[in-house]
This record gives sequence, structure tokens and C-alpha cells, in this order.
Amino acid sequence: MKAFIKKEIYHIFRDYRSMLILFGMPVVQVLIFGFAITNEIKDAKVTILDQSGDVLSNRFVSKLTASGYFKADRALDHPSQIEPAFREGRVKQVIVIPSGFGADLGLHKQVTIQILGDASDPNTANMLKNYTMAVLNAFQMQEMGMQALPVDVRVEPIMYYNPELKGVYMFVPGTMAIILMLVSAMMTSISIAREKELGTMEVLLVSPLRPWQIIVGKVIPYVALSFVNALLILSLGWFVFGVPIIGHKGFLMLEVLLFIIMSLSLGIFISTVSPTQQVAMLLSMFALMLPTILLSGFIFPIENMPVFLQWISNLMPSKWFIIIVRDVMLKGSGIAYLWKETLIIFGMTIFFIGLSIANFKLRLE
Amino acid sequence: MECRVRSDYNIRLMIRISDVEKHFGDVTALDKVTLSVQRGELFGLIGPDGAGKTTLLRIIASLMIPDAGSTLVAGHDVVKDFAKIRQMVGYMPGRFSLYQDLSVLENITFFASIFKTTLEENYDLIRDIYVQIEPFKHRQAGKLSGGMKQKLALCCALVHRPELLILDEPTTGVDAVSRIEFWDILNRLKAMGITIIVSTPYMDEASLCERIALIQGGHLLSIDTPAAVAASFPHSLFSVKTDNFFLLLTHLREWSATFSAYSFGEYVHFTPTSETITERDIMSFLVEKGHSETHVTKTQPTIEDSFMYLMMKKQNQYAG
Repeated sequence: MKAFIKKEIYHIFRDYRSMLILFGMPVVQVLIFGFAITNEIKDAKVTILDQSGDVLSNRFVSKLTASGYFKADRALDHPSQIEPAFREGRVKQVIVIPSGFGADLGLHKQVTIQILGDASDPNTANMLKNYTMAVLNAFQMQEMGMQALPVDVRVEPIMYYNPELKGVYMFVPGTMAIILMLVSAMMTSISIAREKELGTMEVLLVSPLRPWQIIVGKVIPYVALSFVNALLILSLGWFVFGVPIIGHKGFLMLEVLLFIIMSLSLGIFISTVSPTQQVAMLLSMFALMLPTILLSGFIFPIENMPVFLQWISNLMPSKWFIIIVRDVMLKGSGIAYLWKETLIIFGMTIFFIGLSIANFKLRLE
Repeated sequence: MECRVRSDYNIRLMIRISDVEKHFGDVTALDKVTLSVQRGELFGLIGPDGAGKTTLLRIIASLMIPDAGSTLVAGHDVVKDFAKIRQMVGYMPGRFSLYQDLSVLENITFFASIFKTTLEENYDLIRDIYVQIEPFKHRQAGKLSGGMKQKLALCCALVHRPELLILDEPTTGVDAVSRIEFWDILNRLKAMGITIIVSTPYMDEASLCERIALIQGGHLLSIDTPAAVAASFPHSLFSVKTDNFFLLLTHLREWSATFSAYSFGEYVHFTPTSETITERDIMSFLVEKGHSETHVTKTQPTIEDSFMYLMMKKQNQYAG
């Protein structure tokens, strides 16, 4: 058994490609997801048609641009320039300040500001609108705050757990699910399939080694490596993006370990049905990676999916894992709240291990 | 008493195969194969590619379940008692099946440890082979030459001191010198009391075995000592050569007095239908057909001739 593990470690460390997948990918993925693929607005191009041009409107405009969300394009002079600005793709949003803005505000008259968005990208348009309204609210508070209004009902949303709505908080659990799935399931399935393909499985079978010994020997190095990967992702999240871990770290590690074992048993199952490395690779890619990315709630919110897909998403182990990791890291939840998700992953682990044992061939076909 | 006789019989026999059949879809890989190998024997399974050699060896190694018939290895059934068989056999598949990214020494150590033994413990058994690959012991197995790979594979199959060594085409793709060395090694192992069953497509290697089985299309054609197999050739055999090899073969095959004619190196081996036909008759037939530089000599049949004869007989049987 020890010899088997040693042999497996030799395989992993001598194949620079697997090393690259193992350790290069987590870093790259976290960085890509953290920096590039983000829903946050930063320096969005907007322009302002200021028909008033007074002190207050100027102050509003500078508050907008100072917020960091927007980058003001050359200001417009006439409503007819709005359409061309959109068409040329120069701006994503135009804010129209009516004439007499400052004066009307001073008189406590109702003032209407028009926000025109480029809804060819509806998500961005919506988000820009929200950000603009937020700036406008702050502006209103600042200018009018001193003066007590007769009736003033104000909505004050507070975002719990991720007050700044940082996308990267989402991506760390998601990326961890993907990486662990990939490393554990894909690498083990490929490495078992490789033994079959190269004929070494034939030699292993004609030895006193029991199937479980072969499997456990294969799996143990990958448990360790996957665990190192999980730590790597968590520390990247912590040091590079400042994602906190509020919950119990030991509990989080146990959950990570459980998910790793689940992925490994899935990988073993894949290997029992794939005759070659290539089949194992494709199966892992299509059966695991894509659903993990698309259906786990990592990128697309599950609530927005059709009911049918929501139902399928329940079968994705990564969905439950992402919920667990997110809740532990950001909400500080413990087993009292997450026992259901934990139990589901545990059940899946047992299911795949059982299936693999039933499928493992003691002989050649 | 009956029981006693039976167990004695089993002790003497290392492998006992009776009426084994194996089908892959419509293809019959083995058809009613019956075969016994004695303990301490060096047994050869001779036949062309696709004859069923690998399938038969895999069944013996407990890697495949026969569709019908029984196979006992050292008295253990290959289907029910496969765990016992896997303790005592050394198996070397036809394809090089070691870890190419592990070094020579790492491979041997690994295979020793999965059998819970060490290289040192059985060093006497593999010393002769190991010393030849020892200079390369830190080289990765994938970077060895063909002959070296085979020696390493043999080391790995032997490191746990098996009672039965199963070798599937160990000399295929190996140079002539290494092949001779390899057979020397096998004879030495046999002298140490290890039973060896080896398959090969090379007829010239057959004579190096104690007993051989000729196999073709899933049928065993003959089981005997190499000399007896060669001697079993029932007709006279002539070795013929002329200036035009291709036409020679065509003309001989068209001749009504021909039983068989096939190329054998630079000669054609010719068997007449009747024993009355002599060198002179063949000569005059060929001269008549316009051949020159004709050489015809009566020759001793080899194993290959017997094989060709048995194969043809089998085919005619089916045709008839």
C-alpha cells in the first residue's frame, strides 16, 4: 500500500502536465475569476447632459465621477447628441439634468433627473442605473440633510455578509468547487484509466492486490494534493482579495475534505466506465466541469433558472458545496445550519463509492 | 483411492485446461481447447497473430473467464479461486506493461512490494537478469531499449518467486541477440524449478521449448515435443529454388501433383500428393515451365512445415 502511494506520487510529480493542472490552474482560475470576470461596475463610461449648469448640478456631476463607478465622457450640449453617443458605443449611460436644477432644488420643488441606459446589455444598464440612484440619494442626503423635511421615508438597504457586494466573495467558493472537482475527479479518473490503457492494470490485477487497495492507493495522494489546493485557494482569496473566513476553520476544512472524497469517488466511478484516458477526460469535462460551472449557482443564480434546471441543479454536488463554503466563510454558519447540505454530499459519496465497487472489474473484458 | 489418484494427478500438473471456449461476439477465440502443463515444464504456445494465444494465457492468469470448460492452475479453479492463483503466478503481458515514468529500480521495488517481498529476498532468482539491467537502474523504464524492457518486465514478473511464469510473446519486437539471451534465461529459470508457459509467433523458438502446442484460429492443432511435432509431418518434403521465385510458386500451385507449396525463406517448400514423385519429376516439370538454375533437394520437415500441414488439413476439413 505504501509502495503504491509512493509510486502514484512519482507519477504525479514526474508528469509536468499534471503538475501544471494541479497547481497552476487553481492560481490562474482564482485570479481570473477574481479580477476579470466580475459583475462589479468600475469606471463605466457615462456622459452627462447638463441643461442647468449651475453650482448644484456641477456638484452632483463631480460627486458622480468621484464615486469611482463612472468615468465621465465629454459632456453633451443637446438632446440630439444622446442617440449618437450610444450608437458610437462611447457611453453606457446618459444622465440628463433638467434646466433649473439648482434653483428648483433650492425651492424644494420636485426635480426629475433622467437616466438613459444602453439596455442592449440589460444587466449592466440595470446596475448602472442602481449605482447612479445610489449616488443621487447620497447627494440628496448631503445637500438636503440639514433641512428637516416634513415627511421623509427613506429606504436604507444594508447588505449583510458582503456589504460591498464584492463579486470575488462569490468566486472563491465557486472556484474551489471547480478546482477540487477537476483535480479530484478528473485526475483520478485519468490516472486509473491510464493504467488500463497502458496495460499496467493487467499486471496489477494478476497480483495479490485487492481492488480496494488499488483504489485507495490511487486516491490518497490526490486527497492530499486536493487539500493543499483548497488551502491555496482559500489563502489566495484571503491575501489577494481579502475574502474573510468568519466561520470555524476546522469545520470548513472538514467540509472541504468531505467534498474532496466525494469528487474522488466520482472520479473512480468515471474511471470504471472509461476504457481510455481520453474517454475519462471527456467524461470528466462534460459530465462534471460544465454542469459544475453552469448549474451549481456559481455563475448563474439558481433562482433564475427554469424549474426543470433548478431540479437538476439539486443533483450537482458542487451546488451544495458552494452553499456550505459560502455560509461558513461569510456567515459563519456551523453544522447546525448546514447539516442538510453536508448529509447530501455524504450521501453522494456513499452512492459513488458503492457504484464504483459494483463496477470495478476484477478481470479484463 | 480414487480421490488419492486425482490429487496425485493434480500435484504433477501445473495447468489443466479442459474444453475451454471463449467467444468475443461472433468471433470464436478459443474452441474446445484441452491442454495440460506439467510442473517444471517449459511449455510453448505457438501460433500466428490472432490465433488465441493471448486469450488462453489470460484465462490461465485468471484475467478472463472462459465461456465454457474448466481451467485449473495448481489445482485452483481460475474462476472461483482466482485470489490464490494471483499469489503464485508471474504474468508478463504481450505489451510492455510497466510504469514508463518510473526508473528500473523503482519498478522492481514496486512489484516486489505489492507481493510483500523485496528485491534482496529473491535476488538469487533474478540475479542473472538483473545484472544486465543494473547499469541502467536509475533510467526511466520508457527510455530502455526493447530487449532491456523485456528483461525488466521479466524481473518484475519474477521478483516474487512465482511457481508459474506466464509470458505472452516476450520476444516480439526484440532483436535476435536479445531473443537468444532471453531463451537462455528461460532455460535457467526452468532449471530452478519454475514452470513456464510462453507464447510466440516465431516457429524457430518452438524448438527451444520442452513441449509445444500449435494453435490456429482458436484450435489446438497438435501438442507434443518439438521434435515429435516436426516428425509428425506425414509426407516427403522438398525444398525448391529457381531463378524466378514468384513464378515458381505460381507454377507449383497450379501443378496437379502438388499437395502444398509455400515460401520458406528463399526456398519454396513443396509437398507432392504422392510419395512416388521424386526430385527428378519436379525438376523436369519446372524446366518444362521454363525455369532455370533449378535446385530441388529433399529436406527434413521443421515445426513450421508441420504447422502449415496441420493448418491446411484443418482448413480442408472445414471446406469438406
